[in-house]
Amino acid sequence: MLNVGKIEEGLVLDHIKAGKSLAIYNHLGLDKLPYPVAIIKNARSNAMGKKDILKMECDPDLINLDVIAFIDPRITVNVIKNGEIVEKKALSLPSEVVNVISCTNPRCITSTEHSLPQIFTLADKKRMIYRCRYCEDRYHDRGDRSWYRK
Amino acid sequence: MPRHIIKPDDFTVQELDRIFDIASDIEKNPSKYAHACAGKKLATCFYEPSTRTRLSTEAAMLNLGGSVLGFSEATSSSAAKGETVADTAQVISCFADIMAIRHPKEGAAMVASLNASIPVINCGDGGHQHPTQTLTDLQTIRALKGRLNNFTIGLCGDLKYGRTVHSLIAALSRYEGIRFVFISPEELRVPDYITDMLDAKRIPYQLEERIEGSISTLDILYMTRIQRERFFNEEDYVRLKDFYILDAEKMKQARNDMFVLHPLPRVNEIAVEVDKDPRAAYFRQVQYGVYVRMALILTLLDIQVD
Repeated sequence: MLNVGKIEEGLVLDHIKAGKSLAIYNHLGLDKLPYPVAIIKNARSNAMGKKDILKMECDPDLINLDVIAFIDPRITVNVIKNGEIVEKKALSLPSEVVNVISCTNPRCITSTEHSLPQIFTLADKKRMIYRCRYCEDRYHDRGDRSWYRK
Repeated sequence: MPRHIIKPDDFTVQELDRIFDIASDIEKNPSKYAHACAGKKLATCFYEPSTRTRLSTEAAMLNLGGSVLGFSEATSSSAAKGETVADTAQVISCFADIMAIRHPKEGAAMVASLNASIPVINCGDGGHQHPTQTLTDLQTIRALKGRLNNFTIGLCGDLKYGRTVHSLIAALSRYEGIRFVFISPEELRVPDYITDMLDAKRIPYQLEERIEGSISTLDILYMTRIQRERFFNEEDYVRLKDFYILDAEKMKQARNDMFVLHPLPRVNEIAVEVDKDPRAAYFRQVQYGVYVRMALILTLLDIQVD
């Protein structure tokens, strides 16, 4: 059994699909932050068989939970303070994601006016469909969530 | 915060009814509204050519006693120098009381509305939305049939790419008792997302390939143009093109109280001989477009006329 020490303050992302923790790490931009991060791969899980876990020692407010929810709302987020879990956050699909994904519709105003924020709104919760706020084109995940579901 | 119209469902059915009531009153008593917008300015910001929509919107403001300024192509605006829609919207807000925008990019009117401090009317953003055409269509049906519920409408022609048709279907799906008949070649059927929406709302529709198959059941026939380039091959175009030309012979099968609508411009999909048929309503539709735009301007400027 592998043991990774407790963190005093930060976040623990649990129930990450096995093998996908490094991709989540990259997607959250953790490689650019100067905080200690532990990546645990293929941990035993009763519910999932195997799972990945990410532990990061940082100010919890620095992490964009909407990005995690957008990628996989089944990931659980534990908020750690003074070495203890003080909150378990169940994620739900965000109603809006800003500057996480980009509209690929060549006729969209964002294709020519690059200073506009890329805003997507949740159009169908059941089918996890997001649409561009400006042109309403459906977001087809190419390279953002598709890698995660495989 | 100013009120805008970016897509037809920015207004509730009740709010639209109020706009249509005003439009009907304008039709009956135009002189009552002749000075309602005195001292107000409409800016028409047209980044691509459009004769009908621009002139209709400008005529609406002039009929209300207001004045009009603007540009009719991108090359004569600051866009040619690289100004963003967001910046233009803020600048125009200093010159005018309300702005109408047409832009080739989808979502441009939404961007304008997020940055303008005056009401914004979307007069067409690429292939996306054209709400004032939809309001025109609804006002025409309401004026001709006396209601916006419980009727059968046939939509004929290019149902795949026509934004006018998509907007009208979405708008009518909010009313009770509407039945749709979609008349088009296989290649130009309504998109799945439209039929999915109708299925979800349990709204009945049928797919037909020829006008003759269903014209006798219709209360409204909404014609659109089929463009040659939409067909996959020349043989299909030659085989099918005459199916979608409405002529006096086909009109014989239609009911006496059926009306023919068309967003115009027409090319050859309605034979000129049909124009003198009292059921041909497409030129009256243009006039209703002016009334409904007048009512829309009054509503967005929050001007009441007693």
